[in-house]
Amino acid sequence: MSKYLLNKFLYTVDRDPDLVERYREDPRGTVAWWEAEQANLILNCHQGERSTWLAFEDPEREALGAHDYPKLFELGAHPFLTLTLYIAMFERDYDEPLAFQREYATRLSHWQLPYPDIAT
Amino acid sequence: MATIAAVIASTHHPFYLKASTATGEDRPPFADEWQAKIESFRETLTRARPDILVMVGSDHFHQLWLDNMPQFLIGKAPVYDANFYNEEREFGLPRMVLRGNEELSGYLLREGIDAGFDLAFSNELRVDHSITCPIITLRPQADLPIVPVYTNIFAPPMPQPSRFVALGQALRQMVEAWPSDQRVAIIGTGHLSLELGGPRQFGPHGPDPEFDRKAVEWIATGDLKSALAEVSLDSLWAPGNATHGFMDFMLMMGVAGENVPADYADSLDLFHTMEAYFTWYPRGGMGGDEI
Repeated sequence: MSKYLLNKFLYTVDRDPDLVERYREDPRGTVAWWEAEQANLILNCHQGERSTWLAFEDPEREALGAHDYPKLFELGAHPFLTLTLYIAMFERDYDEPLAFQREYATRLSHWQLPYPDIAT
Repeated sequence: MATIAAVIASTHHPFYLKASTATGEDRPPFADEWQAKIESFRETLTRARPDILVMVGSDHFHQLWLDNMPQFLIGKAPVYDANFYNEEREFGLPRMVLRGNEELSGYLLREGIDAGFDLAFSNELRVDHSITCPIITLRPQADLPIVPVYTNIFAPPMPQPSRFVALGQALRQMVEAWPSDQRVAIIGTGHLSLELGGPRQFGPHGPDPEFDRKAVEWIATGDLKSALAEVSLDSLWAPGNATHGFMDFMLMMGVAGENVPADYADSLDLFHTMEAYFTWYPRGGMGGDEI
């Protein structure tokens, strides 16, 4: 399981306005492209100096591709990263302020402490 | 030696700017009370007449990332650009530019490392809302140089709460010993109970009002003994999954001193999280050094 790579996807998409829209509109295509082209970039290194080993496991790829944020929570993705990116993508679809955030909480309401471990 | 003009600990709520500037139907019902409390809190810094602000906060996965994550970091740069695209997007926070004070940054790094804190540093740091929120609430003219101090309250493994307290105590001693005639305010922001991205998020109150009540009491009375006895890295998951931000309050309790009651304490029960505001005047009086 690669919580680090899940987080890296959420982090790098969230900070790029174009990628936020691309992931909203085409989640599976964006995840496939990102895993092939971006997953092994070391963010503070020259692009030629890539990692060689980072890849999603099937449940991780599926959760990202399905916009399945309850599953991302279960897999131990950092909740702040997931929340921030998903607000950016879906808050606009709700009329009432905080309605998306509250639905998000409801969809996680089966969880009791302790929550999934987020340590990477 | 430098003067510690004020020690200030506060929550940082990124929605304050949006709420306090909203008008008409867009203005939330709690905005007037919130704004009045903030303006009263702001006065506690203004009357301390600071020259420099040491700002303790925590990067929210903006510039600092899991491939190279410092536990404690001090910025050392002449200028800090501030706020990021996703903070503009979600909170309506403006891009800002803050001046630095490299002399105090360099002094704190040297003295802090020699005192046993292996501090990271950054010569090009874009600070986020953990530092700009208190600028907006406490010094909206953003006219004073800052020294940013970042802590890891976000990405396990994190330092122990006692380490935050110890760094706060060291910061206090180092600033007091700084050979300068400047008046320094040490300002730090964190959280009380808080849940983000979990089932208890965005409720009508903070996720754990009982924790908040106890935490406010610990801070207001300087009760480090109780805070350290009850708070651990494991225990902080229980009040809310983002409650490790309370360790920045514990750092500030270290700055303020054990059993030193706050000269000013206020709080506001908001949706989502409780706000809390504290000021100490280490040299007495109600503005610094009248005594």
